[in-house]
Amino acid sequence: MTEAITTTTAGDDLEALRRETEAALAAATDLRAWDAVRVATLGRNGRLTALLKGLAQVPAEQRRERGAALNRLKAELEAAIEARRAELEQAALAARLRAERLDVTLPPRPTAPGTAQDGGIHPISRTVEELTAIFGAMGFAVAEGPDIESDWHNFGALNIPEHHPARQDHDTFYLPPGPDGRRPVLRTHTSPVQIRTMLTQEPPIRAIVPGRTYRADHDATHSPMFHQVEGLVIDRAITLGHLKGCLIDFLRAFFGIRDLPVRFRASYFPFTEPSMEVDIGWNRRTGELGKGEDWLEILGSGMVHPKVLANCGLDPRVWQGFAFGMGIERIAMLKQGMTDLRPFFESDVRWLRHYRADPLSPPSLAEGV
Amino acid sequence: MRFTLSWLRRHLDTDAPLARITGTLSAIGLEVEGVEDRAAPLAPFRIARVVEAVPHPNADRLRVCKVDAGEGRIVEVVCGAPNARTGMKAVFAPPGSFIPGTGITLKVGEIRGVRSNGMLLSAREMGLGEDHTGIVELPEEAPVGESYARWAGLDDPVIEIGVTPNRGDALGVRGIARDLAAAGLGTLRPWRPEPVPARFASPLRWEIADPRACTWVLGRALRGLSNGPSPKWLQDQLTAIGLRPINALVDVTNWFTYDLGRPLHVFDVRKVKGGVLTMRMAREGERLVALNGREYVLTAEDGVIADAAGAEALGGIIGGEHTGCDEHTTEAFIECALFDPVRIALSGRRHDIRTDARARFERGVDPALMPPALEAATRMMLELCGGEASEVVAAGAEPAWRRSATLRFRRLAEFGGAEVPPEEAVAVLERLGFAVERRDAESVTVAVPSWRNDIAQPGALDQAPGLPAERARAAAEGCAEIEPECDLIEEVLRIRGLDRVPPVSLPLASPVPPPALTPRQARTALARRVLAARGMLDCVSFGFLDSRLAALFGEAPAALRLENPIASDLDQMRPTPLASLLLAARRNAARGFGDVALAEVGGGYRDPTPEGQREIAAGVRVGATPRHWAEPSRRMDAMDAKGDAFALLAALGVPMPALTVTADAPGFYHPGRSGVVRQGKQALATFGEIHPQVLAALDLPGPAVGFEVFLDAIPEPKRRRRGPPDLPPFQPVRRDFAFLVDETVPAEAVLRAARAADRALISDVILFDRYAGERVPPGKVSLAIQVTLQPREATLTDTQIEAVADKVVQAVAKATGAVLRA
Repeated sequence: MTEAITTTTAGDDLEALRRETEAALAAATDLRAWDAVRVATLGRNGRLTALLKGLAQVPAEQRRERGAALNRLKAELEAAIEARRAELEQAALAARLRAERLDVTLPPRPTAPGTAQDGGIHPISRTVEELTAIFGAMGFAVAEGPDIESDWHNFGALNIPEHHPARQDHDTFYLPPGPDGRRPVLRTHTSPVQIRTMLTQEPPIRAIVPGRTYRADHDATHSPMFHQVEGLVIDRAITLGHLKGCLIDFLRAFFGIRDLPVRFRASYFPFTEPSMEVDIGWNRRTGELGKGEDWLEILGSGMVHPKVLANCGLDPRVWQGFAFGMGIERIAMLKQGMTDLRPFFESDVRWLRHYRADPLSPPSLAEGV
Repeated sequence: MRFTLSWLRRHLDTDAPLARITGTLSAIGLEVEGVEDRAAPLAPFRIARVVEAVPHPNADRLRVCKVDAGEGRIVEVVCGAPNARTGMKAVFAPPGSFIPGTGITLKVGEIRGVRSNGMLLSAREMGLGEDHTGIVELPEEAPVGESYARWAGLDDPVIEIGVTPNRGDALGVRGIARDLAAAGLGTLRPWRPEPVPARFASPLRWEIADPRACTWVLGRALRGLSNGPSPKWLQDQLTAIGLRPINALVDVTNWFTYDLGRPLHVFDVRKVKGGVLTMRMAREGERLVALNGREYVLTAEDGVIADAAGAEALGGIIGGEHTGCDEHTTEAFIECALFDPVRIALSGRRHDIRTDARARFERGVDPALMPPALEAATRMMLELCGGEASEVVAAGAEPAWRRSATLRFRRLAEFGGAEVPPEEAVAVLERLGFAVERRDAESVTVAVPSWRNDIAQPGALDQAPGLPAERARAAAEGCAEIEPECDLIEEVLRIRGLDRVPPVSLPLASPVPPPALTPRQARTALARRVLAARGMLDCVSFGFLDSRLAALFGEAPAALRLENPIASDLDQMRPTPLASLLLAARRNAARGFGDVALAEVGGGYRDPTPEGQREIAAGVRVGATPRHWAEPSRRMDAMDAKGDAFALLAALGVPMPALTVTADAPGFYHPGRSGVVRQGKQALATFGEIHPQVLAALDLPGPAVGFEVFLDAIPEPKRRRRGPPDLPPFQPVRRDFAFLVDETVPAEAVLRAARAADRALISDVILFDRYAGERVPPGKVSLAIQVTLQPREATLTDTQIEAVADKVVQAVAKATGAVLRA
């Protein structure tokens, strides 16, 4: 090998090493053969290592050029050797996977495997079932809609035009523009399903919409994904008195407190008029509901805005009604006495086990806090 | 919006206590977000004179002060402040008082042998700032013995309310006072500013070069001013609401911004170039150094106020530094203008400038208030700074803001649910500033006051595209008729008290309500229950995850990538909840809980259309079964996932015998240990072991198995009445067969062939053993089945049984090449 260094200046020996190493790599069909090639080339006594060591003996005027050529070759060979390793590993894995065959048509085992943690229902799922049971008893049906919504369903149809200040409060997540040039949004509330319901169903309507909602906000009291339940009642003679009655009935049933104080305060939402925020009585210090001097805001509501009705083709001279929306995490937390929102979505088995509901006991109307 | 109680009382003549005022504010839609009583923690502190301050006998840095706090006696206090000296006025805290800045309750103590009967306070000790270089020094006129808080103007509670986007008028104290007066909490004091006579011709005039920039503007020059600090009352009020007093001219504009909700601006006349202030759109790239010290690069969509030198203010948002008033200003020019709310909102957002002016203009300000507000501001500036005023110069014109609305009294009950006597309804509206135009027994028509741009304001509808024309037109007509009335009903109910609307339970349309859930919807909850009953924990995960991880589960299309994720690892709508569950399993493994069984019923996203968002029930099992005396621990395998999927499909009413399993599961599964469950061609579920490369990428120690059931793909079970049961009187016969087949033959093929061998007699076939190993040839597997024969007409004879057995052997052999094991 030292001979080669002295007999050539054009780098023929380098080219030969490259060719021969590549051929040897191609011929190596398993990782053992591959490793032999690697050692023979890059190892302490490898051919390339020898050439590098021999550089010192090259005449000074050629050394620079040859040094550069050797470094290039080294980089090339290292890359080729590494690439082959990946190929062979891939092939070995593929072979292993081919060998690991299971007849998937075999009948499954007759019982579920044992688990370290007992199974259970998540507090969100449980709360949705509870409120479905209560509103169901009041004649409501569940309506649904997509999480990825059009701008129109989420905002425009709900009387929140492009530059409305309320849009700023919504911290909307956007997706890239679709074929119509408009950006779909992750729904910021369940209210777009009001629109979908009014467009597909003739009144009278009594619908609730439990579902996922998204806002670009993340801290101890805000999660980028959370859940709301929307309510919509449309009929000929529904008044604000019914709104109050319905929500008082719901809140007292949900929390199981027959005399739970409920307060209605004037507010503003673009899609209702008059609009109201609803508070329940509690003791801020102890967290006890129904007792004490403090008020806790729990939901927003109002009479459906005539523009929203008209946007959906309903004549406000004929049809009127109310809508409301509340956070499911919030009412679940109040009912269970939880203080932190974040663990809801972290799937920590210890938390899930602590707050789980028994899958075999569906909610009844009789239970409360 | 912040204001103080005394400020409110400038406009509202009331003796209502604070609690009633705040309660009413919240009830009528001006939600109180906080009440700050700054005087409470300062209550024990009195103004005192240091009669004598002498060096402490035993300490160089301390002084012994004889203090007169107006209690008729002199007390001795040891004080470490370098500025404590004879004759000064200071703030004295008697023993027993709580010192907010240190959190300590003061006791009589002895400091280096001298008794100290109280304390002289620094600003920091009172919680009023950071200054702790010495004790607070009060001016000579401060009265000894007086409460410090009262003397300092801190005994004025600060009220903060949240103002909703529709109530620009409540961004002024007067608007708030008006609402409270309407709600019965006193009377609104009259406010009619005396006009200030014009003494000279204004050196500046207005020009509106572009009506997009401004539609109406008034201005007035003042000269002979001597600008300087504002008087104490004005500084106190501004400080109380969190504004920094600057100088009298600027303070007056800020004060009116809060007092009337009317933003104003003052230019220093001598800094304005060219004698004309022009309302125009900015030139693209034009620069403005604003009063906040920042430089803004403007766009052609920003409206500016310009002089000969260029843009001098971002109209309605922020003034410019170059032309602002300072303590040297002797000639000023007041700007009182009207700007387009949308343009203000957009400009403010574009440059991220939040000012009190922007907050008001983007909600809309009272156009009719402009002339009187200018008079009032002129008067106050002259009172504070001396000097005289010019004529009023104007450009543009007052916009048409007059509108009417009609309320039919019966609608208060029919819509609002409250029986309100017509007189009462009209009185509420009048107190709010509505003027009665026409009234009869059925209805009243009122003129909307100039400050309520949220009432009877026609706005464009945004109707659904596909509505039939006739229906859309009728709805739009109805809206135009109903909306203004709705606005008035809201005003009456809100001011009268929503608590006075009696609640009415919803009447039931039928005594037994129809089910709340359709059969399809009911499956979601059922799926959760089935999986939880199989020991899985129901999870709820974010709908988005890391796009790089999403790519492991198939495509991560750009159409499902968030444009504004809150974190780079939450940027892609997930293809399947299975991905979220594997991530959750990894988090649990990191906490020391490696063996988990998790399930989620939720969205999986293929594309942004409603159809591309599927409801998927997914589950994962990771690790091994628990150790138990009765059952050894074993690793999870694909059959566990298949068991979950099949249990769920069965519970959802899928006809199980019709299902087939194909081996073309998605690439995130182990290719040899996974399957797709199909009904005909339709894929209902996938299951299998998770691909080792996916586990490696997720850094999740295996084994891990999982499944997905596509709830939307599962047809609703048909409700069929069951026929009579099959209860033959003859005992069934069970026979076992062991077949040797190629290991590639699916067990299902053997079972299917055996079942089909004699459909009349064979009622059931089960696989009870599968063996591959030394006792069978390589490449072969032994499958043992039990066939149940159910005779219907007579007990089977041995010959009959043998005949069926032959049929089974032949059928299985024909279908799969199996041979009966010897």
